[in-house]
Amino acid sequence: MNQVALSAPVAAKRVDRTLWFGWFAFAFLIASQAIAIAISPPDRDMGDLQKIMYVHVPSAWMTMLAPLTVLVFALRYLVRGREEDDLLAAAAAEVAVAFAGLTLVLGMIWARPTWGVWWTWDARLTSTLVLFMILVGYLAVRALVDERERRARWSAAVGVLGAINVPIVYMSVRWWRTIHQIQSSPATVDPAYVIGLRLNAFAFLFVMIYCIRRRYDAALIERSAERASEAAALGDASVTGESLNGR
Amino acid sequence: MSIVSSPSPSMMPAIDATGVARRFGASWVLRGLTLRVEPGEVVGLLGANGSGKSTLLRILATLLRPHAGSARVCGHDVVVAPGRVRESVGYLGHAPGLYDDLTARENLTFAAAMLDRDEHDADRALERVGLLDVGARPVRGFSSGMQRRLAIARLLLVRPRLLLLDEPYSNLDASGVSLMNSLIAEWASAGVAALVVLHEDTPAAGLLDRTVSIENGRIESTRRSRVEPASPMAVRA
Amino acid sequence: MSTWRHEWRRARAIAWKDLTAERRSKAGFNAVVALAVTILVMFGFALGPDAQVIRDAAPGAIWLAVLFAGVLAFNRSYQVELDGSALEQLILYPGGRRSIFAGKLLANFAFVALMLAIVITVGIVLFQVRLPPNWPALLVIVLLGAIGLVTLGTFYAAMASRSRAREVLLPLLLFPMLVPVLLAAVEATKALLGGNLMGDASAWGRLLAAFDVVFLAAAFLAFESVIEV
Repeated sequence: MNQVALSAPVAAKRVDRTLWFGWFAFAFLIASQAIAIAISPPDRDMGDLQKIMYVHVPSAWMTMLAPLTVLVFALRYLVRGREEDDLLAAAAAEVAVAFAGLTLVLGMIWARPTWGVWWTWDARLTSTLVLFMILVGYLAVRALVDERERRARWSAAVGVLGAINVPIVYMSVRWWRTIHQIQSSPATVDPAYVIGLRLNAFAFLFVMIYCIRRRYDAALIERSAERASEAAALGDASVTGESLNGR
Repeated sequence: MSIVSSPSPSMMPAIDATGVARRFGASWVLRGLTLRVEPGEVVGLLGANGSGKSTLLRILATLLRPHAGSARVCGHDVVVAPGRVRESVGYLGHAPGLYDDLTARENLTFAAAMLDRDEHDADRALERVGLLDVGARPVRGFSSGMQRRLAIARLLLVRPRLLLLDEPYSNLDASGVSLMNSLIAEWASAGVAALVVLHEDTPAAGLLDRTVSIENGRIESTRRSRVEPASPMAVRA
Repeated sequence: MSTWRHEWRRARAIAWKDLTAERRSKAGFNAVVALAVTILVMFGFALGPDAQVIRDAAPGAIWLAVLFAGVLAFNRSYQVELDGSALEQLILYPGGRRSIFAGKLLANFAFVALMLAIVITVGIVLFQVRLPPNWPALLVIVLLGAIGLVTLGTFYAAMASRSRAREVLLPLLLFPMLVPVLLAAVEATKALLGGNLMGDASAWGRLLAAFDVVFLAAAFLAFESVIEV
């Protein structure tokens, strides 16, 4: 059986390092946002609404990156069967759902003043919506299956197939849009905005890594606690008061 | 039809389980169970209701994974190489596992196709268990005794080195019981090992090399039936 | 170890078994087709009665009706195993898990193909669709779409049918994955019905074919992890 146990000093040290990284990530984020807002001129058409791009676009990029993470670790789990890979994939999926949700909400906030409607079936936003639904399915499988090993296998399979579909979904939605020749998606990027975007892209990347790390550590600690209680229950052969199920 | 067992019986123990544990929800059914069954040995398994007899059989049949410990069947680990284990094992569980809308014969020809056996073997198996004349009836109309016989017929199509029988005598009438007895005896003489879940007063006593009983999720005692009836040895496994 | 011949024999046996059990159970196929037709009619009420509107909506309505009814069909194909605990026995037979997938795939494809034939016929009538001269191309699109639907439906139902909330879990997992199939099938159908002026249909057809290949491979490879107890 795989041993996923953290000894107390190691766990504490890990949390320490993670905490420092977290502070760094958020500080970097705030700085990046401030710099981007300060140095970029108002957009011709959108005015100051353009600033939302510095949150929306990096968020969208992370929404692409996170499923890739899920794919990698789900595949690793299917191939090697190590629990850590499953827990990492699950952590990445939860963070991905959050980023996808953020991207969608920001996209809608942007769309309303720009186009007058909350939703335009724009290719990128629509693909993000489908990705969001695929991730919800992944989390539903994890929520509905109690048996740990089965839950890991099933969600890994769902994660891999879902991640593979992301580019296919994007392509089909884009074709679908061009056929019907509706207005194309907003924001082709002016060079003036590039620095702000790049800075924030990194900032979001750091924040995402931090969030996944935190979630993963929490899962590891849960798992260690489970193992400890299992060992305790097994070692105690004299417990007769415990009820025995069915068979 | 006569019993066929797989060629070249191995020298590895039929069952080699160490520290097997399994829980359902929060409560532990098996807690570090250790059991060893040699090739060709016929072992009876006793225990109170809910003591984990069926759970143990299902783990050995690769239908459940142990939450701790390890189990090897005919030399193959049940978790690492379940496919190999399945080639060696014949499992008869509580549920018949039959298709209600198919006839008895169709159920067996399906099993024959899955096991890569000749179709005629299906008919011979039907005959051996005494269901040849109802072969064309859908299983839906069968009594539980008849379903049990059909499941036994399916077992005849497998060529196991180890049999895992979970209360095989339940639902059987007198002729069914003697059928089961003669089959187990034939399997045993062909070198097939067996772990048979029983009740105390089951008519199989004469066939068993020994009986073990499960208590508190472990093998608590083991008795040799063919040797002189000594007091049960309390072997804490 | 099993040979290809044995694996093929297993797949055929499973397909035969599924279809025979389905035929004899009397309820299944008819009920599912009846549901699909009912959904189609409801679409008619919801979108009609303007002839042009419902003619335009026809491809979408037909595919959606098949999708919704298909969910029932896919869960049913595993139901037959769960009723008598036959799934355990199925898993215990030594041999590849892929032949189990192949067998179920074949049976489900036959089921869905027949259902599509009926639903499309009803849809053409109800929605006043005018068939173009190149309707064989339409048939190709329908087949490619059906393959994608059945592949993923059979795959996800192996999990959904054995979990809690199976009626909800299967659509939740399956529908987002079928977005490319739905878009491609509906758009290609629309293009062909409209005379395929822009040659869109073949592009969508290629997308469907690529989708089918990718997911047939992925589902076959991943099925082993999913069917195990």
